[in-house]
Amino acid sequence: MKYIDEFRDSNIAQKIADRICAEVDPARQYSFMEFCGGHTHAIARYGVSELLPANVRMIHGPGCPVCVLPIGRIDHALTLALERNVIVCTYGDTMRVPASGGMSLIKAKARGGDIRMVYSASDALRIAQENPDREVVFFAIGFETTTPPTALVIRNAQACGLANFSVLCCHVLTPSAITHIFESPEVREYGTIPIDGFIGPAHVSIVIGSQPYVQFVEQYRKPVVIAGFEPLDVMQAILMLIRQVNEGRSDVENEFARAVTAHGNVTAQALVSEVFELRPSFEWRGLGEVPYSALRIRPMFARFDAERRYDLVYKPVPDNKACECGAILRGVKKPTDCKIFGTVCTPENPMGSCMVSSEGACAAHYSYGRFKDSAVVIA
Amino acid sequence: MGHGAGGRASAQLIEELFLAAFDNEWLRQGNDQASFAAPLGRMVMATDAHVVSPLFFPGGDIGCLSVHGTINDVAMSGAQPLYLSASFIIEEGFPLSELKRIVDSMAQASRAAGVPIITGDTKVVERGKGDGVFITTTGVGVIPPGIVIDGAGARPGDAIFVSGTVGDHGVAIMSKRESLTFETEIRSDTAALHGLVAHMLAAVPAIHVLRDPTRGGLATTLNEIAKQSGVGMELDEAAIPIASQVDAACEFLGLDPLYVANEGKLMAICAPESAELLLSTMRSHPLGINAARIGTVTDDPHGFVQMRTRFGGRRMVDWLSGEQLPRIC
Amino acid sequence: MCLAIPVQVIEVLPNQQAIIDLAGVRKEISTALLDTVQVGDYVILHVGYAIGKLDTEEALRTLALFGELAMIDTISP
Repeated sequence: MKYIDEFRDSNIAQKIADRICAEVDPARQYSFMEFCGGHTHAIARYGVSELLPANVRMIHGPGCPVCVLPIGRIDHALTLALERNVIVCTYGDTMRVPASGGMSLIKAKARGGDIRMVYSASDALRIAQENPDREVVFFAIGFETTTPPTALVIRNAQACGLANFSVLCCHVLTPSAITHIFESPEVREYGTIPIDGFIGPAHVSIVIGSQPYVQFVEQYRKPVVIAGFEPLDVMQAILMLIRQVNEGRSDVENEFARAVTAHGNVTAQALVSEVFELRPSFEWRGLGEVPYSALRIRPMFARFDAERRYDLVYKPVPDNKACECGAILRGVKKPTDCKIFGTVCTPENPMGSCMVSSEGACAAHYSYGRFKDSAVVIA
Repeated sequence: MGHGAGGRASAQLIEELFLAAFDNEWLRQGNDQASFAAPLGRMVMATDAHVVSPLFFPGGDIGCLSVHGTINDVAMSGAQPLYLSASFIIEEGFPLSELKRIVDSMAQASRAAGVPIITGDTKVVERGKGDGVFITTTGVGVIPPGIVIDGAGARPGDAIFVSGTVGDHGVAIMSKRESLTFETEIRSDTAALHGLVAHMLAAVPAIHVLRDPTRGGLATTLNEIAKQSGVGMELDEAAIPIASQVDAACEFLGLDPLYVANEGKLMAICAPESAELLLSTMRSHPLGINAARIGTVTDDPHGFVQMRTRFGGRRMVDWLSGEQLPRIC
Repeated sequence: MCLAIPVQVIEVLPNQQAIIDLAGVRKEISTALLDTVQVGDYVILHVGYAIGKLDTEEALRTLALFGELAMIDTISP
C-alpha cells in the first residue's frame, strides 16, 4: 500500500530509535502526550514504546471521541431507537459503549431497536431517502476530521428537502481539549503539568491546519509536533520533541507535511462554520464540563437538529467512583494506577472512558501491553 | 405454512430439491434416519449451526460453508470425516430459486469432499422468525490409530503454523454488507480441509494441535490454545501471510486481520524436530501453498500470546472482546 | 483518532464523487470537501470522504529525512 507501507519500515524505525538514544539527555525524564487516540493505537499496535529509551514516556491523551462521549449522549440515541421508533444510524465505534442501565446500542439492537451501523454519513442520508415513512437520525460523533462530512449531509438534506432526517450532534473540538489539560487542577497545584510536549493529531490537523496550535506554544511554552499516523511518523515526532526540549524551544513543528498545511482545508472549515456553531459548554466523559469545546447545529438548520426535533434534554450520568479516567486523560495517572483496571474494568466490561474504545489509554494498555506488567516477560 | 407440517407439500419439497441434489443410497431409502456400519476406532462427532449473512458472498454461500465448516471441525481432531447430516430452518416465503442454489452448492461441496449428506430435516418458520435460511450440519468421523490431537497438546518450543493467508473470508463477507461495499476480488477461502490434514498426518503423525481459526480469527484461536495448553506464544508478524487486498480492506475498515474469520485455513502446532517437514508437506498441498511458520510456543504461565511486530516492536495479541466492528477512530 | 488512509484517485465521477484504489481494492467516495481532484492524485480518505490531498513529493522528502540530523518545517509563533 503506497504511502503507508513505507512509513512502517522497521529498518528506518531502528535508525530513528538509534538517533533518539543518541540525543536524549540521560539525566532527565521526557514525558510526551500524544493527544490523539489514533496515535495511542499506533503506538500500542506497533509496539513503538519498546523502541524508546527508558527515560522517554508516552502519556495517552483524551483525543478519542468515543472515549470522551458522555453516557448521557448515548442515552439520547438509545431513547430515540427504543422509545421513539427512530432508525438510528451510527459509526461502529459507538455500538458497544455501555450507557445507563448497562444498555448499549448493540444491546438495544438485540432488543428490537432499529440501529444501523454505517461507514459514512452519506449512508445515513441514503437510508432516510429509502425509508420516507420512518424517522432517521444520524448519531454524529468525532473531532474536526469527522465534522465536515456531517456538515455536508445536513446541507444536502436541506437541498433535497428531506423531511425525515436529523442529526444528533456530538462533535467535539481538539484545541479546547488541549487547553483544558493545561488548565487542569494539577497545573494550579504544581505550577506546571508533567508533560514536556505534545504530539499533535494527524487528521484533525489536515482539516484545521497547523496554525491553531500556535496559541498553545505561545501561552504555555510547550512544544507541539504534528505527526502523521504511521509508526515512523510517531517516532520521528518524538525525536523532534526531544530536540526541542533539549534546545529549550517551544515551537509548532509539522512532521506530517505531506498532508498538513498551515491553514488546513479551508473549504471544509467554511462548510463547518456554515452549519455548526459553538456550544458554550459540553461535558466530556472523564474531564467534566469543558467550555467552547463542542458544536451544535445552527438555528437555520434546526429541523435537522435531533435534539430540538425530539426535545432531548441532556442528563449527565456519573462514572464509577473508583474510575480514574479523569486523571489518566490528563496524564497524571497511568492505567495501572487505577484500582479497578483489569479487574472490574476490562474491555468486555468497561467502567469508564479510557477502557471503552480500543484507543483509550486503558484499553490499549490492556489489549496490547499488559504483558509488561507481569513479572515474567518472555524475551 | 404448508411445508414442514408434514403432508404432501413438505414431502414434495424434500423430494424435489434436496433428494435430487444430494441423491445417495441412504436418502433414497426414504427413512427418517440413516444407518451405517460402525467404523473401528475412536469416533468423532461435530455440529455447527450456520447463520451467515449475506447468504451468498464472493467465493461461496451458506450451503458450501455449512458442509466445509463441519467437515473441518471433524478433521481438526485428525479424524477422517465419514458422513454428514443437515437440517434446515427456512423462513416462509424464502425464494425457492435461492434455496435451490444453496442446496446445489451443498451437494457439490459434499461430493467434492467425498462426505455424503445421509440424513436431514427441513422446517419452515413464519416470516420474520428466521433470516432466510439457517443450516445446521453434524458430522461424524473416525480417528486413525495413534493420532492424538488436542487443544491442550501444545508444548514450549513447539512450532506454530498457519496453512495460508488470513482474513479472506471475513473481508469477503464484509465487502458484501450494505454500506461497506467495495469493488474488489476478495473471495472467501471456504474449503474442506480434511485432505490437507490427512496429507499432513501422513508425514508427521505426531502433530500436537490442529484447529481452524473461524470466528474471531487466528488471534482468538491462538489464545484458546494457549489457555488450554497452559503455555504462551511468541509470533512473528512479518511471517503471517496476508493477501494485499485483504490487508487494504482491513485498513479501510480499521480492522485487524488477525481477528477476521477464516473458513479454509488451519493452524497447526508440532514439535520443533518436525517443523521443517510439516511446512514442506503443507506447501506441497493445493490448500497449503502459502503455509508459513508464524511462531513458537513459549513457557509462560500467564498464557500471553505476544508478537514481534513488523515494525520491530512488541505487543500482545489479546482475546477479542465481542465482534470486531469497523471503526472511524 | 481518525482512521484515514492515503488512496489514489483512479476515476473522477459527476456530482463530486470519485473511485479510489488502495492495493487493488476500489471504492466510490465523495470529493465534495476538496476543490479539485484529478486522476492520479492521492487523497486522504476518512469515512467515505476525501478530506485532504497527499503531497507525494513531500512524502518522499519526509521519508528521506527520517532519523537524519536535521528536520524541516518550523512554524514560528
